Amino acid sequence: MSESFEPNIVAFLCNWCSYAGADLAGTSRVQYPANINVIRVMCSGRVNPLFVMNALQQGADGVLVSGCHPGDCHYMEGNFYARRRLGMLKDLMEFVGIDPRRFHMSWVSASEGHKWKEVVQKTVDDAREAGPFQGFRRRQIDW
Amino acid sequence: MTEKPKLGVYICHCGINIASTVDVEAVTEFAKGLPNVIVARNYAYMCSDPGQLLIKNDIKEEGVNRVVVASCSPRMHEPTFRKALQEAGLNPFFLEMANIREHCSWVHGDREEATAKARRLVAAAVAKVRQLEPLEEREVDAEPAALVIGGGIAGIQAALDIADAGFKVYLVEKTPSVGGRMAQLDKTFPTLDCSACILTPKMVDTASHPNIQLMTYSEVEEVSGYIGNFDVKVRKKARYVDFDKCTGCGECAAACRMANRIPNEFDAGMGKRSAIYLPFPQAVPAKYTIDPENCLYLTRGKCGKGPKCAEVCRAGAINFEQQDEIVEFKVGAIVVATGFDVFEARKKPEYGYADYPNVITGLEMERLVSASGPTGGQIKIKVEDEEIVPKEIAFIQCVGSRDKSVGNEYCSRVCCMYTAKQAHLVKDKIPDANVRVYYMDVRAFGKGFEEFYDRVRREGIHYIRGNPSEIFKRGSKLVIKVEDTLTATPMEDEVDLVVLAVGLEPRQDVRKIIDLLRLSQSPDLFFLEAHPKLRPVDTATDGVFLAGCCQGPKDIPDTVAQAKGAASSAMIPLARGKVKIGAQVATVNENTCRGCGFCVEICPYSAIELVAVNRFGHPVQVARVNEALCKGCGSCSAGCLSDSIQPKSFRDRQILPQIAALGVMR
Repeated sequence: MSESFEPNIVAFLCNWCSYAGADLAGTSRVQYPANINVIRVMCSGRVNPLFVMNALQQGADGVLVSGCHPGDCHYMEGNFYARRRLGMLKDLMEFVGIDPRRFHMSWVSASEGHKWKEVVQKTVDDAREAGPFQGFRRRQIDW
Repeated sequence: MTEKPKLGVYICHCGINIASTVDVEAVTEFAKGLPNVIVARNYAYMCSDPGQLLIKNDIKEEGVNRVVVASCSPRMHEPTFRKALQEAGLNPFFLEMANIREHCSWVHGDREEATAKARRLVAAAVAKVRQLEPLEEREVDAEPAALVIGGGIAGIQAALDIADAGFKVYLVEKTPSVGGRMAQLDKTFPTLDCSACILTPKMVDTASHPNIQLMTYSEVEEVSGYIGNFDVKVRKKARYVDFDKCTGCGECAAACRMANRIPNEFDAGMGKRSAIYLPFPQAVPAKYTIDPENCLYLTRGKCGKGPKCAEVCRAGAINFEQQDEIVEFKVGAIVVATGFDVFEARKKPEYGYADYPNVITGLEMERLVSASGPTGGQIKIKVEDEEIVPKEIAFIQCVGSRDKSVGNEYCSRVCCMYTAKQAHLVKDKIPDANVRVYYMDVRAFGKGFEEFYDRVRREGIHYIRGNPSEIFKRGSKLVIKVEDTLTATPMEDEVDLVVLAVGLEPRQDVRKIIDLLRLSQSPDLFFLEAHPKLRPVDTATDGVFLAGCCQGPKDIPDTVAQAKGAASSAMIPLARGKVKIGAQVATVNENTCRGCGFCVEICPYSAIELVAVNRFGHPVQVARVNEALCKGCGSCSAGCLSDSIQPKSFRDRQILPQIAALGVMR
């Protein structure tokens, strides 16, 4: 693994808490690594575990899913579904031989701009340690 | 698919906010090479009129039918650009925004990295916009009624405004009377008008207004539904007093065996009340309530030979059989005005609030100087079982505010001025008293505040800059250990009475309201508004508005102003009679749905049901979405075994291309 490896991270953020938290990080000019690329979804419950696998297959080295704190979901219980589904996925990843450091879940509220920075830093650092993801590559589909 | 996608990509400079870190020209050139892109432009301010005109012209002249705007957060300007699309005759949902300001130029310093990331975000947006579908927003009727939670000055003002406009208002207050914190205050700064005198008429108005249904001693149990159509359940707690029969004469309270034995919450625990009580003389409604935690009959099942209150009540209003009552109704909008709690002074043990009776809080001082208070407005304290009038009095400011050690970084905004006011009142009542105020900074920022502060100092009240480190007892006196930081002199000050200017905190049961209405908290734990500057009374939940100190510490004029703001915002859907409901709802492919019902179980809004349809001559069950109830969260979709249920604008085939676009760019 060379020192210069920069991981590519895909992040799924819920519209109400984590996306707003990342917006706040922006407004507060908090600096964090540019490796993270955000896809906005309405709720972390929308994130199909297959999206995470798909991201790894399509060229991501790490994936982050972030939602509202448990109990604070804008849609009442969406993040509970996310936690259950993605927790299982994480176990499964380990089982099939994917470094679990490639996948992170976090809860960042709309007021936690600084926590967002820490989450990004941790995700990027872990993916960097895990190195470029080589398995399960799949042909690009022309949508 | 409809017609072939023709994309327009617009990169915003946002002045230099984006352009200084992101090479907008390079991103524009890059966008030109993306599939289906026919126009790519950059402009100083896309959200400005000329910026929007660029998009509109391209739609009309170049035949652009999908738009990507790479600028600020979609949470900021998505509605702006949607409107621009609509005005140019394009479906407003053919828009995707790439957030290259909050998520890129503002958080990454390196120009090369930021430009590369902007390229990725634009590519992902382009990939998604090609797959978007036209959607229609629909309207449903709004219930012309509002719920106001909290009967303090904020709730009262909001309720009166909405009711005066002709809408039904349900005002729900937890305690037996409206009035809230303002009713506890003696005088108000800086004008020194009597708090009760200006508040009581408003309290009476809320009770007598034909459009207001006042529910005191009640709590909101459940809220469901959405803007325009909230279903509310309120628990009216049993008062054990027949509301219609009680005349408010007060003989029951005088006769109660617990009379003068229970600390009165209204007097901040300084005065005593009975188990059957009226919180304060001007209470509205003037109906007695039995406190079930302290009533002998209700706690032990026995009160002498029989409850005294029932014995003396000539109206026959006492009813120990009374049960809680659940009231249900529909409203179109909700105003939250739940107020604040004062800082718990015990959390600063160095000030000895728990140990010395002559260390009191500002709220207790307020009751002590009030004519309706436990001492009838005389400032008297007990020293070694002797009642004396204190002569040496110290105020300490910023107790529980601007103090990281107790977790409150914020300024409570009212303490400087209420301390100045109380110092003035003390000097007024005890002219030969020596009054000093220990302060960090004096913040006299409001209308007439600085003038008042100046007046108080001229009245002979000493302001000493220093944050006391400790208070302890020496003989019959209290000693304050402090350093005067202007002269760098450590000193010990012997006083009779210490008043702690405690700050404002969110209500202890704030969690209940959060769970009820899905509200968020800001870092100071007060309720979070939708935008700190431009939407200060709105919340992230449509149709729910904030008023008063539940959103952050503020004084009475600010509270009233915000309450009026919240009331007028709440009246928008009520007055229109209709509300728009989101178009981005889930939809089912009935050809592939296997009717397993997983989505029905997942949906937190019970918006999905199974219906029987005829598929090629066979009766089968499929899921169907009630679009008025669906909020578009998409939890159902991630749980669907056959990918049949999909939230519009966030379908699998709209998100997967985004993932793919980000993947290739590594």
